[in-house]
Amino acid sequence: MLKNTLTNYGWLSRAVHWLSALLVIGLFALGLWMSGLSYSHEWYRTAPDLHRSFGILLAALTIIRLVWYKISPKPTPLAHYTAVERKAGIAVHHVLMLLLFVMFISGYLITTAKGDPIYFFNLMAIPSLINGVDNLEDIAGNIHEISAYSIIALVVLHIAGAFKHHFIDKDITLTRMLGVNKKD
Amino acid sequence: MLKTAFNKHSKKILLACAIAASSAITLPAAYADDYEIDTRGAHAFVQFRIKHLGYSWLYGRFNEFEGTFTFDETNPAKNAVNVDINVESLDSMHAERDKHLRGEKFLNTGKFPKAKFVSTEYLPTGAGTADLKGDLTLHGVTKSIVLKVEHIGGGNDPWGGYRNGFEGKVTIKPADFGMDLVKALGESASEVELFLSVEGIRSKALKAKK
Repeated sequence: MLKNTLTNYGWLSRAVHWLSALLVIGLFALGLWMSGLSYSHEWYRTAPDLHRSFGILLAALTIIRLVWYKISPKPTPLAHYTAVERKAGIAVHHVLMLLLFVMFISGYLITTAKGDPIYFFNLMAIPSLINGVDNLEDIAGNIHEISAYSIIALVVLHIAGAFKHHFIDKDITLTRMLGVNKKD
Repeated sequence: MLKTAFNKHSKKILLACAIAASSAITLPAAYADDYEIDTRGAHAFVQFRIKHLGYSWLYGRFNEFEGTFTFDETNPAKNAVNVDINVESLDSMHAERDKHLRGEKFLNTGKFPKAKFVSTEYLPTGAGTADLKGDLTLHGVTKSIVLKVEHIGGGNDPWGGYRNGFEGKVTIKPADFGMDLVKALGESASEVELFLSVEGIRSKALKAKK
């Protein structure tokens, strides 16, 4: 089923969720690895190209995700979730979403701070909008790094929450996002 | 009453004259040949170039710096230069590269944001050329270097000022300043050429003298 229902996630929501998860973790790993590459490493140029391109892809996906979130029905939180769990869940999701946009903007600024465009898989050049600010690339770089680690910390919390529901509460929180919950 | 007032007034004039006279006398003659580098009008450049892979020259510059020089046409021994550079203002026309060059592997501007050159000796070598010895502080290391200086020209400018301009060149080894560029960028990065191209405007004190 494409669309969400009040109890289950449709395949579009699930696909976007898991693709985002893959991109977030992949971009973090790639970013960490590439920033330590030596100048003569054969991936020195390709790795950042891929990081930028997949980052733009995640930004586009996240915008689509927010639009879909607005217009589609949402599975309701399970009845036995405690008030703390509900609030913590909402807080983690909101901060994650906010930090993703901090990542998109700061990443874009590192590349475009001196007027250079940022390329999406050599298919499209997105022009620089903000430049001429002293050391913008350094400021954006610091924000990008701090936000990246913060996101990974929240991802760990997010996964811990999902596992808690699955293994301790034995509820359908994780299975309905995996799409294996057949109860409707 | 009138007399007293007049006396007071004349005393003031005398005092003013005395101050003016004393300041004129104590004004050091050296000020007369002092120039301020025209960074505000951007008639001055601190640039560098380094080989990329050994295949081409990569140029960059430091956008923010200030300095003064003394240029005495009759007594070159007095000639001197002082330049303070904001290393963080490094600009190689590529944001990501600038970010790397400011990083810990290279200039480490977080720890060493300033560079400076203070000349110690000016030795004329020919018509309009000289060796300018001095101390360059970069990356927290101070080393003696010799700039090959050429006097480009000088004279009145069209706006009531008086100017002189020079270009100095020196090749430094980043390793001497504690930066291992060879390890990071290869053998061709063992040397960096620095260019100090400046135009100075003579300080106003001279105009009063002439």
